Amino acid sequence: MTAAPDHTPILQRPSIRVRMEPWLPVLLVPVLVLLGFVSIANPSSWLTLTVSGLAMGMMIFVIASGMTLVFGLMDVINFGHGAFISFGAFVGVSVLIALSALTGAPSLMLNLLALLAAVIAAMAVTGAIGWGFERVIVRPVYGAHLKQILVTMGGLIVAEQMIHVIWGPKEIFIARPEMLKGSITLFGATLEKYRLVAVGFGALVFIAMRLVLRRTKIGLIVRAGVENREMVQALGYRIRRVFVGVFIAGSALAGLGGIMWALYQELITAHMGNEIMILVFIVVIIGGLGSVEGAFIGALLVGLLQNYVAYLEPKAALISNIGLMVAILMWRPQGMSPVIKV
Amino acid sequence: MSEPMLRLEGVRTDIAQYHILHGVDLDVPQGQVTMLLGRNGAGKTTTLRTVMGLWKPRAGRIMLAGRNIAGQDPAAIAQAGVALVPENMGIFANLTVEENMILAAVSGPIDPARLDWLFTVFPPLKTFWKNPAGNLSGGQKQMLATARAMVEERRLYLIDEPSKGLAPAIVSTLARALRDLKAKGATILMVEQNFKLARALGDQAAVMDDGRIVWAGPMATLAGDAGLQERLMGLSMEGHA
Amino acid sequence: MVRILSGDGPRSAVLSLIVAAIFLALAFAPFLFPGSRALETAARIAIFIVLVASYDLLLGYGGIVSFAHTMFFGLGAYGVALSTVHLGRGWGALAFGTLSGMVLAVVLAFVIALFSLRVRAIFFAMITLAVASAVAVLVSQLSWLTGGEDGMNIQIPRELTPAFRADFEIFGTRITGRILNYYLVFVCCTALFLLLLRIVNSPFGRVLQAIRENAFRAEAVGYRVVIYRTVATCLSAAVAALAGSLFAIWLRYVGPDTTLSMEIMIDILLMVVIGGMGTIWGAVVGATIFVLAQNYLQNLMGAAAEATAGLPLVPDLLNPDRWLLWLGVAFILSVYFFPAGIVGRLRSGR
Repeated sequence: MTAAPDHTPILQRPSIRVRMEPWLPVLLVPVLVLLGFVSIANPSSWLTLTVSGLAMGMMIFVIASGMTLVFGLMDVINFGHGAFISFGAFVGVSVLIALSALTGAPSLMLNLLALLAAVIAAMAVTGAIGWGFERVIVRPVYGAHLKQILVTMGGLIVAEQMIHVIWGPKEIFIARPEMLKGSITLFGATLEKYRLVAVGFGALVFIAMRLVLRRTKIGLIVRAGVENREMVQALGYRIRRVFVGVFIAGSALAGLGGIMWALYQELITAHMGNEIMILVFIVVIIGGLGSVEGAFIGALLVGLLQNYVAYLEPKAALISNIGLMVAILMWRPQGMSPVIKV
Repeated sequence: MSEPMLRLEGVRTDIAQYHILHGVDLDVPQGQVTMLLGRNGAGKTTTLRTVMGLWKPRAGRIMLAGRNIAGQDPAAIAQAGVALVPENMGIFANLTVEENMILAAVSGPIDPARLDWLFTVFPPLKTFWKNPAGNLSGGQKQMLATARAMVEERRLYLIDEPSKGLAPAIVSTLARALRDLKAKGATILMVEQNFKLARALGDQAAVMDDGRIVWAGPMATLAGDAGLQERLMGLSMEGHA
Repeated sequence: MVRILSGDGPRSAVLSLIVAAIFLALAFAPFLFPGSRALETAARIAIFIVLVASYDLLLGYGGIVSFAHTMFFGLGAYGVALSTVHLGRGWGALAFGTLSGMVLAVVLAFVIALFSLRVRAIFFAMITLAVASAVAVLVSQLSWLTGGEDGMNIQIPRELTPAFRADFEIFGTRITGRILNYYLVFVCCTALFLLLLRIVNSPFGRVLQAIRENAFRAEAVGYRVVIYRTVATCLSAAVAALAGSLFAIWLRYVGPDTTLSMEIMIDILLMVVIGGMGTIWGAVVGATIFVLAQNYLQNLMGAAAEATAGLPLVPDLLNPDRWLLWLGVAFILSVYFFPAGIVGRLRSGR
């Protein structure tokens, strides 16, 4: 540790390589889009795939953000996160079915109203379940990863079974609201309306989350807590309460992701959450545990890659994401943007 | 002077299965600077962390202005008016200097007059206000850590070895800032290995060894008695002086 | 006896009785319980005991959570299936398939361990979950190779099929190929179980447990934590693959649902936790109870659901299809209150 720079209050400008380092992962997204363009060689298909890849990525991000923050803040790994996705989807879809008069009407206002009701219901229910989950399942096993994984997995089993008990064992089909059906044509590419809405909505969630994390005191506490929990407490903040809040918010976001996914697939099953979680885990790992920005980039990469590869070689889609994970872990063993732990 | 700001009575702390503090008795008088001295591993840092609530004492009482805070949660102790500058500084590297300071101001927005004062004593903070704290140099980080504790008035400041690994110029900046803080009537309990700095700042001194206070009294007494210093702290202290 | 058990017996009178009863019942199953369904259950119990015990090596002794155990199980099973398809019916094909399935499982386990254990142990759980799911999807998609969702039928030597009938009887039961096949499974499973018991009681097993208790200290004392964990992963994968080969030979069929599915992975997890993590003997108790419950508990719940048909929600909760719900609850409770499972209870209650 040299003291020389302290006398002259000028930050030494690091070399361009050092300064670009944190931004390298961001560049991966356009690089992947470009690679997709070259290998697909059909601009209109490429545009269609890019939009659906982004839509998928946004939904995965909405789900993964809560999971990664919960880990970063309290070192809790929640394998039951998938249950919130499923519950969100089932609650949201039930609301949409109950409001079929609104969703079936050819009015964008009424459609969005129904959608809003479904989203609020899904988030409220999954948030409440998350609160209970934290109290009953997670709280007794702080600091013990092995037990956390086992117990949250047990919670997932019970939650999935409860969905069967409440909604029956069959999958449910759900039609999109009237005005979100169909597609528009842009530069000769067919773009489903709903996917565009999902991209916009996901981007909105990301921006809102960034604003909360950057501009509010709660956000500062969360970011600081991910880095150094002890110091946040020593400053006078009750980190447990903040954590419960983050857990609830994360569960509600998973529920939101669930209803978005339900309308994307137009089909829901009790184990859909667990299937999506595979991609979520990949995203959380390659993004760097605890990093919201990393999860965002990771989710876009996974969504885009999944769609490009599914077009080029359908059977390789999931494997390609495993390959992506391996490649990124070889490059950065802690993920793309690990939060520096003090 | 009636009641000390902080009084430790028979405080024992274990870390995992190891007994670190074996009954610490210590008074920190109000409005004075008390220096906690002793060789490495004597339990100085553990004492500060125990007062802050980061380690829970197994036994004993920790009286802050007459109220026992032993065993309370660190957030509650902080709210009761204790600020800590930890040994590793505890800077949030991903947050900017500004964000670090905003977080430290628990009760609301930072008081502008107080901030001006902090900028005068720690000029680099103003220069790098919008920069990530992780980019600061070691000395600047120590300034930020100290400024963070000073951003609001507290009953008691716990400061753990601020001079560690820093160049003399930075140490004198820190010393000036702490003298300023003391002039505002603050009560400080500080761990320090650098005896020159300790002597310059301290009103009272307490020497620890093996998890106990082995000597306590006015700093002047200790500073004026080389034989006592020798006996309490051995030669190791001379190296720093 | 003590040497065969590697000096690590059940260490509880009740548990010894239970284990002895299970052993005898399995050893004489073809003669004690007539009927193909009973034999089916007995073989399944034997194979799952080995599968669960190999998982316990990883979870209970290594403190590592893997969700890829069914993948290794499936590799063994598909190894046998593919080799008999391409090499034809015969003992050689069985041996080759078993061996290559095992080698592939070890290699894959090594690669996964290298990637995830090096960084953080919790990555392992997530990465194995992702990889195992991807493999399961891949197997059901590559129908030209694996038969897809339908799976593959396996040609095994005639001596192991029901069509083969020996000329003699034992205890009044005619020896068929099916019974010979059962004994192949039983003997192999017993040997594998004893092997696992030997491994966990070897110096290697003790270091593994020391790492589970305090990885940091074990590293400080000079054990290379990553190497020990990686070896444990590979050993566990190898035994799981062997169990998979036996399962394929026994069923003469392999498909994604019988070997690769997430449901089976969860079953294994339940068996190991309810039986008792870190005891190996827990696998015997856990697998037996679970496989029996799979048949028996569902009947009981069906009866209970009928009895409560008039009440709201209750019959749905007691629906036989919802038996996993109750096992899930039992699982959570046992992680909290009986982390050493049934075996731990019996041992401490002695």
